Order: sequence, then structure tokens, then C-alpha cells
Amino acid sequence: MSVDNAVTQPTTSIAAGCATCPMYNGAQLTRLGINMTDWDFVVALAGNPNTGKSTVFNALTGLRQHTGNWPGKTVVRAEGGFLYGDKRYKLVDLPGTYSLLSTSVDEEVARDFILFGQPTVTVVIVDATRLERNLNLALQVLEITDRVVIGLNLMDEAKRHGLQVDDRRLARDLGAPVVPMAARQGEGVQALLKAIHEVATGACAPRPRRINHRDPQLESAVAQLVRQIEFAFPGLPNARWVALRLLDGDESIERAVRDGTLGQLTQTVAPQPAPTIHLELEAVN
Amino acid sequence: MTITTLDQLPPGPQARVTAVQLTGAERRRMMDLGILPGAAIAVALENPLGDPTAYRVRGAVIALRREQAQHIQVEIERA
Ligand SMILES: Nc1nc2c(ncn2[C@@H]2O[C@H](COP(=O)(O)OP(=O)(O)OP(=O)(O)O)[C@@H](O)[C@H]2O)c(=O)[nH]1
Ligand SMILES: [Mg+2]
Repeated sequence: MSVDNAVTQPTTSIAAGCATCPMYNGAQLTRLGINMTDWDFVVALAGNPNTGKSTVFNALTGLRQHTGNWPGKTVVRAEGGFLYGDKRYKLVDLPGTYSLLSTSVDEEVARDFILFGQPTVTVVIVDATRLERNLNLALQVLEITDRVVIGLNLMDEAKRHGLQVDDRRLARDLGAPVVPMAARQGEGVQALLKAIHEVATGACAPRPRRINHRDPQLESAVAQLVRQIEFAFPGLPNARWVALRLLDGDESIERAVRDGTLGQLTQTVAPQPAPTIHLELEAVN
Repeated sequence: MTITTLDQLPPGPQARVTAVQLTGAERRRMMDLGILPGAAIAVALENPLGDPTAYRVRGAVIALRREQAQHIQVEIERA
């Protein structure tokens, strides 16, 4: 994906990433601040550091999360609420992260919530001026869930630098709705809400483009591990992802499996006693 | 063209990554930070203490310890 030779589209269309999106008039946003006892949907705000996640969070909830022009401001997750189209949403602002696969300590908060917090929708806020860098995380998120909306933020900066980003083409290539935004100016916020609502309610069902790495040996190793993981951690989402990380030798995930803390990452599952998962990975080679 | 390792790159010139001599999780981390063969990289901020150094790569500033930077081979492109 090259930013330079893409063609700009003056519209804010999100339909391209989602064939089933009905177009209907935007509903009204009511910011609920921290008042969100019952909610219908949970929305995670993910993205690289310094892409405008907290700016979007503040626009939707009316809260005042710390924002500023340097990376690493948000270090713990913050929660707020809003009402849109008769649905109550809990919005979770996350620390910036470059990856779900290799994480610094700060990034683990975000990784854990994206993978195990069971958000209904994951919004990935990407920096339109640094797409090449930002798409790494977006593609990793699209590998684990269909319910994704891409917020293509900092479009004003992109324009200022003479960059033209073809958001419709991007939506088609990723297989997910893409919403061009300039969040600091409030631009694209309505379109983002609409896209979130459509994906949360199922009115829009993205079909992300995924890398096909079907290898029979790998698949059988993954299936074996998935069974054991699901037995040890009932209700744990993304067991397949966990299995792939174990096969890849990810030490932090291996530790979380061994000491049982993996089970504590899901809010729906009570802490489990340390499970016995057999990590005889040599056997599957 | 001068080939060196990233920890030896002086402030000023832009370089291009030619090899990442790391394996496993450390290699994965470099790739997730956008540091892989072909990436343009330059010193963004020198640390008076010498370690870590901040590098500009693919539009972000990434701090690397000397111990990491010495495994990244670069080609100095222009001063
Ligand atoms: N020009 C422009 N600036 C923006 C836009 N959105 C956010 N910003 C600015 O970008 C900077 C970073 O925004 P934040 O909302 O703090 O970013 P973040 O993603 O929460 O950052 P971390 O929590 O550190 O990862 C702030 O100075 C914002 O005012 C935008 O659309 N256009
Ligand atoms: Mg933030």
C-alpha cells in the first residue's frame, strides 16, 4: 500500500469495506461521560502511539483524557460512555501499541484488552501520514476479529503534506470500513459513530482480507493446542491466537499460560488454577 | 556507500537498513517497530549519556539501546 500514488476521494464514504452497509440518517450522539452502568456494546480504541485515540475518546464521551503531541501519554485504559441510536456504548481508550505480537510493558495493557477484553467492536485509529507503519497493527487486529472499524485520522495533516489517501480503496483492500477523520476538528466523528453502530448491531459485517497460511501440519498443531487451551481456560477468546503465539515461542504468553494469569485477562472468566498444558512443540515439527 | 551498524551511525546522514542480525522475539520486535531491510533510518536525538539513542524511522521516533542497535546493519546513503 503506497500513500503517494493513491487518489483522493472527497467523500466520507464507508460503504466500500462493507457490502451490507445500509445507508441511513445519522442518529444523535449523547455523551455519557463516566455514567455507564449498563451497556449494550463495548468499543475498544486501539492504534499506534500518538494517532489521536484519546482525542476521539474525548469527542465521543465528553471526558478529558490527557492528549498532547508526544507518544505514550495514555498508559492505563480509560473508560467512558455514550448513547447512539438507542444503544449504550462503553468506550475504552487504550495506550498506543505498534503490535500485538511483540509488546513493551506499556503495550501489554492494549494487547490484553484487544485480545481478551471481548470488545464488540475494535476501532483502530491510524495516522494517515504514516500509513505504512500504522497498517501493521491494523492487519494484526483484522487477523483476530471481523468487527473492526478503521479511523483514518489526521487527514488534515496528510493534506497539508500533499498526501492523498484513497480511503475507499483502502477499505476495499482491508475488507473493513474506513472513516477519514480529522478528530481534533471533530471531522469524521459522525461517520465514525455510524460505522461503529453498524458493525456493533451487525447491520454491517466486514469481511477482512486475511493472509492464508494453511499448512496441514501447522493446523493440526494449532488444533491440538486450542483444545488444551480451551479446556484450561474455559471461555477464553482467541485461543487460536494464543496457540500460534505458543508455537512461535512467545515467552510472555507462555508465562501467562503457565502461571494461570491468562485466564484473568478475560473479564467473564474467574481466575483459574494453574493449568497443565503440554508444550511439547518439538513433537509437531 | 558506507556499511556500518546502527549504533555507529553519526547524527545527520540518512541510512538504510540492510540486515537485522537478531532472531526470535528480538527480531519480531524490530519488525513491529518498522526496522527491517529497506527502511530509511536516521539518528533523531542523541543521548548525552550515549544510551539509548532515538532514531527516526517510518515517521516515528524509536529509542533503541546500543545493545540492540549494534545488531542492525545499515548503509549510509547521504550526509
Ligand atoms: N492535526 C491534527 N491533530 C490531531 C488530530 N487528532 C489528534 N490530533 C492531535 O494529535 C496529538 C495526539 O493526540 P492524542 O489523542 O493524545 O493521541 P493518542 O493516540 O491518544 O496518543 P497516546 O495515548 O500517547 O498513544 C494531540 O496533540 C492531538 O491534538 C487530527 O485529526 N488532526
Ligand atoms: Mg491517548
